[in-house]
Amino acid sequence: MSSPTVDLIEYDDAVARFDPVIGIEVHVELGTRTKMFCPAEAVFGEEPNTAVSPVSLGLPGALPVVNGTAVEYAIRIGLALNCSIAETCRFARKNYFYPDVPKNFQTSQYDEPIAFDGYLDVELGDGTIFRVEIERAHMEEDAGKNTHVGGATGRIHGAEYSLVDYNRAGIPLVEIVTRPITGAGARAPEVARAYVQTLRDIFRTLGVSEARMERGNVRADVNLSLRDTPESPLGTRTETKNVNSFRSVERAVRYEVSRQAAILAAGGTITQETRHWHEDTGTTTAGRVKSDAEDYRYFPEPDLVPVAPSRAWVEEIRSGLPEMPVARRNRLQSVWGYADAEMRDVVNAGAIDLIEATVAAGTAPAAARKWWMGELARSAKTDQVELEDLRVTPAQIAELQGLVDSGRLNDKLARQVLEGVLAGEGSPGQVVVARGLEVVSDDGALLAAIDAALAAQPDVVAKVRSGNLGPVGAIIGAVMKATKGQADAGRVRALVVERIGTDG
Amino acid sequence: MSTLSRDEVARVAALARIDLTPDELDRLAGELDVIVESVARVSEVATPDVPATSHPLPLTNVFRADVPEPSLPIADVLRSAPASEDGKFLVPQILGEE
Amino acid sequence: MADVTRLSAAELADALGARELSSVEATQAHLDRMAAVEPAVHAFLHVNAEDALATARGVDARRAAGEQVHRLAGVPIAVKDVVVTKDMPTTAGSRILEGWIPPYDATLVTRLRQAGLPILGKTNMDEFAMGSSTEHSAYGNTHNPWDLDRIPGGSGGGSAAAVAAFEAPLAIGTDTGGSIRQPAAVTGTVGVKPTYGGVSRYGLIALASSLDQAGPVTRTVLDSALLHELIGGHDPRDSTSIDEPLPGLVDAALRGATGDLTGVRVGVVTELDGEGYQPGVRARFGEALALLEQAGAEIVQVSCPHFEYALGAYYLILPSEASSNLAKFDGMRFGLRVEPADGPVTAERVMAATRGAGFGPEVKRRIILGTYALSAGYYDAYYGSAQKVRTLIQRDFAAAFTHADVLVSPTAPTTAFRLGEKLDDPLAMYLNDVATIPANLAGVPGMSLPSGLSDDGLPVGFQILAPAKADDRLYRVGAALEAMLESVWSGHILDRAPELEVGK
Repeated sequence: MSSPTVDLIEYDDAVARFDPVIGIEVHVELGTRTKMFCPAEAVFGEEPNTAVSPVSLGLPGALPVVNGTAVEYAIRIGLALNCSIAETCRFARKNYFYPDVPKNFQTSQYDEPIAFDGYLDVELGDGTIFRVEIERAHMEEDAGKNTHVGGATGRIHGAEYSLVDYNRAGIPLVEIVTRPITGAGARAPEVARAYVQTLRDIFRTLGVSEARMERGNVRADVNLSLRDTPESPLGTRTETKNVNSFRSVERAVRYEVSRQAAILAAGGTITQETRHWHEDTGTTTAGRVKSDAEDYRYFPEPDLVPVAPSRAWVEEIRSGLPEMPVARRNRLQSVWGYADAEMRDVVNAGAIDLIEATVAAGTAPAAARKWWMGELARSAKTDQVELEDLRVTPAQIAELQGLVDSGRLNDKLARQVLEGVLAGEGSPGQVVVARGLEVVSDDGALLAAIDAALAAQPDVVAKVRSGNLGPVGAIIGAVMKATKGQADAGRVRALVVERIGTDG
Repeated sequence: MSTLSRDEVARVAALARIDLTPDELDRLAGELDVIVESVARVSEVATPDVPATSHPLPLTNVFRADVPEPSLPIADVLRSAPASEDGKFLVPQILGEE
Repeated sequence: MADVTRLSAAELADALGARELSSVEATQAHLDRMAAVEPAVHAFLHVNAEDALATARGVDARRAAGEQVHRLAGVPIAVKDVVVTKDMPTTAGSRILEGWIPPYDATLVTRLRQAGLPILGKTNMDEFAMGSSTEHSAYGNTHNPWDLDRIPGGSGGGSAAAVAAFEAPLAIGTDTGGSIRQPAAVTGTVGVKPTYGGVSRYGLIALASSLDQAGPVTRTVLDSALLHELIGGHDPRDSTSIDEPLPGLVDAALRGATGDLTGVRVGVVTELDGEGYQPGVRARFGEALALLEQAGAEIVQVSCPHFEYALGAYYLILPSEASSNLAKFDGMRFGLRVEPADGPVTAERVMAATRGAGFGPEVKRRIILGTYALSAGYYDAYYGSAQKVRTLIQRDFAAAFTHADVLVSPTAPTTAFRLGEKLDDPLAMYLNDVATIPANLAGVPGMSLPSGLSDDGLPVGFQILAPAKADDRLYRVGAALEAMLESVWSGHILDRAPELEVGK
């Protein structure tokens, strides 16, 4: 597709001139074993159309039955987002024709969501807390997946067709809709990113979804509009669909701010439309124009009965909720004794689980942080992967630190061992053996090297003998060099002092 | 209540994804207008104080346990498909999507 | 043994149980009868001879081996083509489903198979059950066995005609606004619409989800009770299924057949009599009331003032739900696919071409009416108002049932009209269901049984309505009336129907 050139205004200029208002719709696929309305398995990556039932294929005669676990998960999400849980709510049919929607309607919730009127506090990079108000969270089902085949050159071409796989059709989703997010100003992109990231952390904490962005478990639609000042009425918005990484959420907001600002600054008007996000170019392009033609003819789903969670059930779910990420973070910071800035970096790096597991495996919090935020963070950055995707486990880091603590490795050797672990050479213990990296603690070997160094630097020996211990470092340095760094420097020092002393 | 013009029938037919011939459009516009006029009488008694009934029986909370059942066999899934390829349903090109 | 096709299902079951007759003989006798009369009646769209005989052989073998089998085991049955069957084509009378063989069985079909009822075939019907004459079938008219130039009622004209023509002792019908009861009335047979939720809807190709119910079509009240008990009861695959045991229906029929209705209050619905009802229909209705009174029942007049709005509400709710239920017929996954005559072949255009070519005029009329009623701006005035009328009708029933144990009326205003007579006047056609529709809107059960012949020599139906979940009352009162009428007639009403076996 050719990308048309679009006038943009520099982001800083754009936000100096206009006030951005964002709105975010996040869809999360629930990690239930079965689909929302039928007992077909909810799976990822299976052979096409092998996780389907008459219901998820939309066959004539099939009827939906609600997955009770999905309702419970939706309530967990609602409670974690500080929402009210509906006393009674219903499913509705959203009618539209599309080949990946097998019934040609999506079973969703319309005017009666299961959860509503909540908020989520998100922490920005500098520690600022920003409150995002949640309008609603509702249950619905996912669509199937289309693969477009052929006809790459033209959009309307006889040879082009699509293939549809309904494995994903009917997987339970919860859609979380914010109220318009105002007051973020120039930090709107950062707020958007932090919001989606915080949600992702909550989904994982709640155990309601694996929440893997790269698998599309979590998908964000980002609404954006500009207005002249925070006092002006809301402007016309665009909805950028399927922005599926944290970084993209931030970039998409920035891009739309710049694009809309350019149009408005030139006296133009914004078209209310959906836009597509292009990861490669970091731009959006126009999709469907939202118009009167979009008439979903919602009505209450007559094949399902209302969901009326008893207050007792809601309270039971509430009391079983795990600690939320912010609370956990505060607790761990105090236990670990990290400074605010250190903890913030840990959180931003997505290292909190990894450090917790490393500490649990016996490593001191400071050492655990040093590894994950130092050597490993650099390695992840070099390889452009997430920390958790590195080929090392918290248990291995704990083993490595154990070797250091016991004096079998010094820092320099430990880094080399880690290199081996990351290269897939095995556990730290195995790398030590395979690479022969253990600290030289054989006093005989060391004494030979020390004697050679002493003989080579008689003047230093003399100074030390006279009581000036300062120059002893020169001897130690020579010994370390001679043993290629594999000696324990502390031991060398002790032996040198002993040697010089007994000699005299 | 509005009346159902020929244009309105055409708009609704497009929404319902049904191709209609010009004759069908003419005939339906006339028929539906009469029907709509007749059924619209319901609003005479549908006052704001009357609650709506969408289910004949007042059931709530009908849930299924989250226990998987085997999928339909792929051969059964695709047997009635007008066209298929590689285990997927083959459909004509879909517009309105990138 | 005399002609086994003339036996009731109960009599046939007794003969099979006593091993006086084999199921293969019984099934073959009905297949022979079908071969003889089908050219004139055309009640069936698909004949399932081999499979039916195989089932019969299996039942005979089980009986011979002394196994306990269901009382109706081996009694053949016909199934309306709106019910999905795994090994038989299922078209719902529509061109759009021509040749479709479902990959699964409806719950009620599973129950028939488990009980060992040979399924003779699939019966004709108005397309997607939209109609009152079976003239809207895409596969030709079914003819009324009483007069082949007349309609057999609809939508389940095929099931009623099959039973009336002694092609099957039992049949399955579905009733959304009278599609079991009105055909029963015009063919001199018995038909029951159970309480909504009393029989699973899983596997019924939905017309209007909140109104549809499957039920028995038979020649006697006891046969209906036997079949109703077999197919009824809770099904976890239907969220609207009642999770309670059925009341004793066979017991109620047996009790009623003693002819004693002392203490039973029978309410005559003032609004379902008078203007628009044929004099012969009213006369037979009056006579039936007199018989009920003789049996000890107390006849009271009850008023249901909102019934006059029932037809309007029905023709908003049904098309609205149907427009959504029938969206899945789009040529993408199953059934007919038609490419547009010219222009690009896109999914959207193929869907529209397929639906334009595959649906008949009545289906198009109702889908468009329903789409209109649900579309933006009209929902409250149409669908919303209709749902309120539903509340008012439920209240009318509730009030009436404080004065009466059952309510009664003529089933249909007229006897069978001539084929083609009302085809061009949809509103006149819709008026056939004026007396049957209120029960569907309120979810209450209803029965039609023959109450004699009108002045034109054609059968007249008598309708009994009971409160939700009190289906047993229908059987008690129905069996009592049936017993008294048959005593008056010295036999079954169908004994007076003309001989059909044109082939003999």
